[in-house]
Amino acid sequence: MIVLLIGVSLFVAIGFLIAFLIAVKKGQYKDTHTPAIRVLFDDNTEEKNKEENKSESN
Amino acid sequence: MSSEKKIESALLCYHCGDECKDDSIKIDEKLFCCNGCKTVYEILDQNKLCNYYILDQTPGISPNINFGTKFDYLDDESTIKKLLDFQDESISKVTFHIPQMHCSSCIWLLENLYKLNGGVSFSQVDFLKKELNVTFIHQKISLKELVRLLASIGYEPQILLESVDKKNEDKQSKQLHLRIGVAGFCFLNVMLFSFPEYLGIDLTDAFLKNFFIVLNLILSIPVVFFSGWEYFGSALKGLRKKIINIDFPISLGILALFGRSLFEVISQTGAGYFDSLTGLIFFLLIGKLLQEKTYSYLNFERNYKSFFPLSVTIKIDNAEKSIPINKLMVGNRIIVRKNEIIPADSILLNGDGRIDYSFVTGESKPVNKVSGEFVYSGGRQHGSVIELEVIKEVSQSYLTQLWNNEIFNNPDKSSESYFTNFSNAVSKYFTFFILIVASISAGFWFQSSMHTALNVFTAVLIVACPCALALSTPFTLGNAMRILGRNKLYLRNSSVIEDLAKVNSIVFDKTGTITQLGKSNLIFTGTVLNSFQQKLIKSLVRNSTHPLSRKIFGSLEGDEFFPVTKFDEIPGLGVTGVVYGNSMKVGSKVFINGSVEEDKTGTKIYISVNDEILGYFSVTNSYRDGINETINTLSLKFKLSLLSGDNESEKYNLLKFFNEENDLYFNQSPENKLDFIKSQQEKMQNVLMVGDGLNDAGALKQSDVGIAVTEDISSFSPSCDAILDASNLKLLPKFLNYSQSAIKIIYISFVISFLYNLFGLTFAIQGMLSPIIAAILMPLSSISVVLFATLSTNFVAKKLKLLNKGGT
Repeated sequence: MIVLLIGVSLFVAIGFLIAFLIAVKKGQYKDTHTPAIRVLFDDNTEEKNKEENKSESN
Repeated sequence: MSSEKKIESALLCYHCGDECKDDSIKIDEKLFCCNGCKTVYEILDQNKLCNYYILDQTPGISPNINFGTKFDYLDDESTIKKLLDFQDESISKVTFHIPQMHCSSCIWLLENLYKLNGGVSFSQVDFLKKELNVTFIHQKISLKELVRLLASIGYEPQILLESVDKKNEDKQSKQLHLRIGVAGFCFLNVMLFSFPEYLGIDLTDAFLKNFFIVLNLILSIPVVFFSGWEYFGSALKGLRKKIINIDFPISLGILALFGRSLFEVISQTGAGYFDSLTGLIFFLLIGKLLQEKTYSYLNFERNYKSFFPLSVTIKIDNAEKSIPINKLMVGNRIIVRKNEIIPADSILLNGDGRIDYSFVTGESKPVNKVSGEFVYSGGRQHGSVIELEVIKEVSQSYLTQLWNNEIFNNPDKSSESYFTNFSNAVSKYFTFFILIVASISAGFWFQSSMHTALNVFTAVLIVACPCALALSTPFTLGNAMRILGRNKLYLRNSSVIEDLAKVNSIVFDKTGTITQLGKSNLIFTGTVLNSFQQKLIKSLVRNSTHPLSRKIFGSLEGDEFFPVTKFDEIPGLGVTGVVYGNSMKVGSKVFINGSVEEDKTGTKIYISVNDEILGYFSVTNSYRDGINETINTLSLKFKLSLLSGDNESEKYNLLKFFNEENDLYFNQSPENKLDFIKSQQEKMQNVLMVGDGLNDAGALKQSDVGIAVTEDISSFSPSCDAILDASNLKLLPKFLNYSQSAIKIIYISFVISFLYNLFGLTFAIQGMLSPIIAAILMPLSSISVVLFATLSTNFVAKKLKLLNKGGT
């Protein structure tokens, strides 16, 4: 029983390890600055801005 | 509120934020300073990319629309091949360096390139490196068209000689991340499976016990042979050079741990030391990561190649042609446009040269040249187009021949110092000591039991594995480097701190280093100007882009301007015009009344209104804030000298800072500077060179530590060991003090780790080293050394007031 549980836990852990390795290989650790800015971009900032302006004028 | 009003009244360009001369160029009630900016707006507007202006106020860069044949060299197959990262039948990938990008709007626009041109399939920005990765379909858009597209929206990529000589991508740091990931994963699991052993739970089930042990063995194999592999390689490399470096005892310890554990598993005599083994490698790698976490986005290896353009326009039979710079030959006629760099020593044939050598000498005032005069390479043309004849090849020119000096061809300085640094010096004696202790104690036990003797021998090697020793240096120096970085001193790598601590002689460059670029003082001599006269002068010089005009403009008061008629600017002489009915002249004495200037100590700009001379502005160097105290503090501890490429006109002012006249050297060429450093080093001095321009490049390289001082850390600086933001030059004494403290902290950490080793050895020699003692002792020693190193470096920094200053 214990053997089975440990096997399962190791299996899950190895899954995470592989995920990490893939992330490194894909270069996710190369640039840690730009994504932090990129995430703030809205897909339609323009329209949103107009709406905001409207609501402000009201 | 008041600042907003100012923006409106000053008519700022909607695109780039520059002042507009009038409101003639506008669309949709948006003003633009030039047609270039308007074009960019139109392009963006058509493609619905006006988000650009919402993310940041006036984010744009005023583009230069007339490319002419400028990018024609990008049609050349071999050049394209060199520039591209990757190419197959349909797509190409390329990386551009775009120094202009400065805000989130830039990122947004550059990553939306595909909306501007269907040929671009993907673009991604690395903001810190100021790089843009573009994937494009080369049947739809050629590389040249892509570059032109970027240039047309104001982001002209910097394509330099250097970027053609491709470097290895930072594969190493990727490797290190992988190694740490694997080591961390295995370490934690091994710890988990070792718990029954720690807790003394006597597993009655022999199968379960063996199951855990075998699992541990399997988990530690990748740690030893993948994560720890570098240590063996480095140790072997050292041995081949007949040097025992710190990695040698580490490898010995790793091998002893693994071999002993393997033996125990096979002979079924024990559980082995897999937890200690994996933990050791994991901690060591973390230390390595800290040490290697350098400022990869700063470039410390620049030479003239990163400064010169890739191509140059030559003129053959009245036709212009763009050729790669390394094919430029003596006798070629070259065309240099505004803001381009003169690539080789040459003679001016046509046009007015106004050449800015600020990159080379640090002097920002353009030099005027007329046809027939000799022009050194490295200057940037500020006036209109000029034509030159090349008389020396690029590599043989005044500026570039400095790089033919042997110091630039020597093996890397850092790799050398790696083998001579302190921890490696210690590890040599340490290793011999350990091997002797291991042999003697094994010999002692050998008489009673062969088995115990072997046990003791490996136990000594395991316990003595200098992991705490190996950790103290990277953690101390890594943290110290981080703190220095907060204070805007960016080191090439952490071993520079060791060199800094040894410095006992400091050499300064003058222009741009202890004097401030672009902020020279303007002093007016003559009758005191009333506000009306100031307004007259200001209105006139407003129309000129000459740096001195801008300076005068900035020094005068008044926000309103009179209209100027009959404005004329005569290059090299001055400006003239009629302002409010007054005929005005601003410029050199020859220009004002025809007489020749007698006093040649400095630059003077005369002012005349209706042929009456009011007086003159004179320009004097302005020294950086606090430079006086800085130099005084330093002179107590170090031997100081000053090397200047300029003449002696500033000597009197400089003697206020430097005590001895003999320490001041003027009219120094780049080679002179290099030789001076060399002569100092021959007198057993460890020299710190503080400089800025390309003319200091040789001296910076030759010195034990070269610090490049710069106003903007991402702009050009010559090859060096450290880059210092100019505003923090006054902290230099503290930086030196701090480096010395950091080295002391390393000494103390060494003592601590030796004490742990001695403690462990007493167990080992008696043959009493159980896995549990090893498992406690090793992490304990490592963690306490790491804690001590980190806390004490922070403590010293706080004491020197280097912490909580300078932002993030």
